[in-house]
Amino acid sequence: MKFGIQINEGPYTHEASTTALNFVSAAIEAGHEIFRVFFYHDGVNNGTRYTTPPQDDRNLVNAWSELAEKYNIDLVVCVAAAQRRGIIDKGEQERNGKDGNNIAPGFRISGLGQLIEAGIQSDRLVVFGD
Amino acid sequence: MSETKKFLFVNRKAPYGTIYAWESLEVILISAAFEQDVSLVFIDDGVFQIAKGQDTTELGIKNFSPTYNALGDYDVNKIYIEKESLDARGLTVDDLLKLTYEDEDDDWAEKDSIHVVSSAELVDIMDQQDVVLSF
Amino acid sequence: MPMLHTVNKSPFERGALESCIRLAIKGSSVLLIEDGVYGASRGTAASNMVENAMKDLDFYVLGSDLKARGVDENRLIDGITVIDYSGFVKLAVENDKVQAWL
Repeated sequence: MKFGIQINEGPYTHEASTTALNFVSAAIEAGHEIFRVFFYHDGVNNGTRYTTPPQDDRNLVNAWSELAEKYNIDLVVCVAAAQRRGIIDKGEQERNGKDGNNIAPGFRISGLGQLIEAGIQSDRLVVFGD
Repeated sequence: MSETKKFLFVNRKAPYGTIYAWESLEVILISAAFEQDVSLVFIDDGVFQIAKGQDTTELGIKNFSPTYNALGDYDVNKIYIEKESLDARGLTVDDLLKLTYEDEDDDWAEKDSIHVVSSAELVDIMDQQDVVLSF
Repeated sequence: MPMLHTVNKSPFERGALESCIRLAIKGSSVLLIEDGVYGASRGTAASNMVENAMKDLDFYVLGSDLKARGVDENRLIDGITVIDYSGFVKLAVENDKVQAWL
């Protein structure tokens, strides 16, 4: 079965991203396909590689990046939500004249249409948030 | 993409205190471009999103309530409000924005997009959906 | 059509569980996750509401979230099923759609 996932919260204030990561891992283990993970609202904060948690804490951003690489999962950060919160890739950096970018490996920035498409293409859309 | 699904947007949060209402409206507007069968429900504090008379000038936050008026032009005209949520907040339909659309199948007659429904009716409406997005 | 509802809010702070119970169609499944797991204990201000709802709805609770919060399984309302993440996935597959009561 094909799953679409929406994550509305960042990695460290709420449990949403942790729950989603565990759900996605279990879904893959059960042989299901993850069509896309869409990060919205403060969920876009899951996509910055500048995240540097203390040694004894898990690094959720890396966990998503590693999962994406291992299983070829499409991690999409909403562009409108990302611009508000300062999550940018090279393209957005150049377009907006910023002095750097911070998108984490495995993530890409795209429009809200990607969420609707995930709803259309997936057998189930599961939302994690606050 | 030819497949049409029934999308339900569930709005349960008040505006301005958090950004969910505004960013949810952005998704709803985008969804219209995908020619899906879109419905909106406003329950719990979500009914405050479409209250009349919102004025954010003293906050400096954008007042996005006029944007709901545009939904009819995007063919988003199935807007359900739970009566029990209105009652619990001392509101009636007269306290809400008047949202309308022009019905192309009825000589472009102007019709109400807002339907106040009971919890029992809403149970069935929610049951008929394919995809439920919550914010 | 059967539907899976996830509730991640403590019923003592917010109305998500109450709204879910009010609007879930008979035969649906309700999965308590994150802070929602506090709604699974018996002898609380919320347990009557949950016990009544269990006539029409199947209740599940995510074991990892219970354990994290030190809620012992023997405190749970009888009839609530403890599941793990693979059980969560299974419920999402078995039901036609999933609604999160955020």
